[in-house]
Amino acid sequence: MSEVLLALKALRAGYGEAVVLDDISLDVPERGSLAVLGRNGVGKSTLLLSIMGYTEVSRGQVLWRGQDVTRLEPHRRARRGIGWVAQEREIFPSLTVEENLTVASRPGRWDLQAVYGLFPRLAERRANMGNQLSGGEQQMLAIARTLMTNPALLLLDEPLEGLAPIIVDELLGVLGNVIRKEGMAAIVVEQKARKILGFTDRAIILDRGRIVFAGDSAVLANDPERLEAHLGVAEQKTPAALPH
Amino acid sequence: MSTVSSAVLSSLALSTQGLDKRFGSLVVASDINLAIPHGVRYALIGPNGAGKTTLINLITGMLRPDAGRIVLGDTDITTFKPDARVKRGLVRTFQINQLFPHLNALEAVTLAVCERRGVAGEWWKPLPAYGEAVDEAYAILKSLALATDCYRLTRELAYGQQRLLEIALALATRPKVLLLDEPAAGVPRGEGAELFSAIAGLSKDITVLFIEHDMDIVFRFASRIIVMVGGRILVEGTPQEIAADARVREVYLGGDAP
Amino acid sequence: MAVSSSAAFDPNLYLQAQTRWQPIEYAFWAATLLPFLLFPHHLVLASQIAITALFALSLDLILGYAGIVSLGHAAFFGLGAYTAGIMSKYGWGDPFVGLLVGPAVAGLAGYATSFIISRFRHLPLIMITMGLGFLLLEAANSAEWLTGGSDGLQGVRIGPLFGRLRFDLWGYTSYAYSLCVLFLVFLVTRRLINSPFGLALRGIRENPVRMPAIGAPSRSHIRTIYTISAIVAGIAGTVLAQTTSTVSLGVLDFQRSAEVVIILVLGGAGRLYGGLVGAIIFMVARDQFSGIAPQYWYFWIGALLVSVVMLLPNGILGGLARLTSSWRDKAS
Repeated sequence: MSEVLLALKALRAGYGEAVVLDDISLDVPERGSLAVLGRNGVGKSTLLLSIMGYTEVSRGQVLWRGQDVTRLEPHRRARRGIGWVAQEREIFPSLTVEENLTVASRPGRWDLQAVYGLFPRLAERRANMGNQLSGGEQQMLAIARTLMTNPALLLLDEPLEGLAPIIVDELLGVLGNVIRKEGMAAIVVEQKARKILGFTDRAIILDRGRIVFAGDSAVLANDPERLEAHLGVAEQKTPAALPH
Repeated sequence: MSTVSSAVLSSLALSTQGLDKRFGSLVVASDINLAIPHGVRYALIGPNGAGKTTLINLITGMLRPDAGRIVLGDTDITTFKPDARVKRGLVRTFQINQLFPHLNALEAVTLAVCERRGVAGEWWKPLPAYGEAVDEAYAILKSLALATDCYRLTRELAYGQQRLLEIALALATRPKVLLLDEPAAGVPRGEGAELFSAIAGLSKDITVLFIEHDMDIVFRFASRIIVMVGGRILVEGTPQEIAADARVREVYLGGDAP
Repeated sequence: MAVSSSAAFDPNLYLQAQTRWQPIEYAFWAATLLPFLLFPHHLVLASQIAITALFALSLDLILGYAGIVSLGHAAFFGLGAYTAGIMSKYGWGDPFVGLLVGPAVAGLAGYATSFIISRFRHLPLIMITMGLGFLLLEAANSAEWLTGGSDGLQGVRIGPLFGRLRFDLWGYTSYAYSLCVLFLVFLVTRRLINSPFGLALRGIRENPVRMPAIGAPSRSHIRTIYTISAIVAGIAGTVLAQTTSTVSLGVLDFQRSAEVVIILVLGGAGRLYGGLVGAIIFMVARDQFSGIAPQYWYFWIGALLVSVVMLLPNGILGGLARLTSSWRDKAS
């Protein structure tokens, strides 16, 4: 039975006193993958930030390999094996591609050769400065840089955002490779639901900070109505406690 | 886009024509045309980075547009400073609270009332001499259930109360057009009842445009939805029309046919 | 301030209670008369303290209440001093005339520079205030024909108060004069702080972004308070020139600007009495330390400043306020 890498228990978190996530419970086993879907503003990015330790947790726990890391600083969580790829990518503009990759690398299966193998484009541009890359190349570099730290769990925040369709397909291929074939555990936040349901095992949908659906990605992918209801612009069918 | 005739314009509470704004090569607003009639509740929705808050900043004057016009009622306010727009009734609230941490709620709202009355520059009479302003402030606080805690410092109020104070400050300026930027942000679903009734209770004399992600609020309050993507208005229509719109579906659900 | 029931709560009465004179304020001002009885040989020092307190009060108006950090406020202090001194050279030595014109000149300069000041915040603002201070210092230094340059103003002849009371080395007249001026200006300032304008200033300090969003003309408010602050600083400088009959470049220099900031931070900015308390502590400490070991004065003042900022970020008055509120919480 594979170990549970990450577990969230009834997590309530946000920024300062603002509460964005409420009562979030989930777990991700080794080699497991989870898609996190939902409209804007529901707290998808906040979920990843909470796993990394950048938010205020008012209730609940974050457990890594069974240990409570709720109060652990972000950099220590990174050292324990959580690899976070931020939505803003945050490439170091004054370092070259190769320097970006090696600056925080740790030994393991993913070294320069392996990473250049995944992303030939980066190999071609290894001497380019970080700010001399296109959007797609920056995204590739961000993912590759995190892979170089050889994490046990990859957190991807909207990896496909703002990219041209060709790059999206390329990236999807790589992610499918890394997550499915190589078995890297991952949590992927994405707007483009249908695309990431293809290479993840499980999926959750967030709405206003709560989980409103949790199940197999394959099941959800074949349920366009549910996707529509939770992710599209639609009146909520569940009666909400609103004054009239 | 054709220019709207002035007769039609003055029947609108707020309108913009051809608003453009870019930062270098990044286009944050492109050809934004809005026509918002009096007394309506419109919702502005769209993915992150669509430019919704930027649009609010352009309309309120915190950002200067590269091109285009903004008309409030029958006045062209494109070159007006932010406080001048507020004086004419164009008011906004902030997604992240912008309050006065060390003032209590009574002082904060009284300040807003005094500014509106134009007496905030008077330094020779003590505050208690402005009883009407204070009473007005207290009445607003009462209407938002903030009266009992009005003597407590803003920073000591619960988050939901701070969100209500955000709205109270806006109401103190007697807005004609109110722009709410994610009014319920940071308040979990189960705890937003007061906030929702505050929004529901807004006077019909006030025209409201709100940015929201929560479809409950949108469908409950909005008579019309404007969808923004990548700095442009993608489409606008009634909630039912928008819910059925294929382009909107693509934006929200990401892509290719299943 | 606890509220028993919302039905009984009257916001107007509450605000009135907030602005009422507290017993400790009466005690404070009564205590300012003590030097006449207890320290009759130190009245010159007491007079200096009152003047510094007034200067700190002027800074509190912009720094403590509007959030404008200035490292060049001595400019207005110095303008007041030089104006009063120069006027007295040419026969206009009556203190009350000086008290009218000195601050007026400082106020005019304040008004003129307020147009620049109101456009900036944070680091650029600090730099500009420093720069303007240096400009004025150098101008005074160069205009020897007017100011006496680095030798100081010569021929200052201050007339007696009411035509009879001279400012002598005993200090009775000096301290009585400085104290009265301080008190009167304080009364005006206190009224200002408790007015709608005072509320607007606190709003600017607390959240400058929100102010225009509630229709506040922030720049206009800042110009007003900056001008008023310059006038008050000018009054302090004028009184210094009049009570000491000397004016030197020291009234304009950076050290004076920096010291008044330290004094205000020490006492607690934004509390009206902070500058007064800070001035008393700073000046008394300096006077004592200069006697004991003058070469270590700056070490001690540095150590004091670091400790206060780390332990009592809102100054001594801020610390006292926290202490009393925690006692009150424990008692209830």
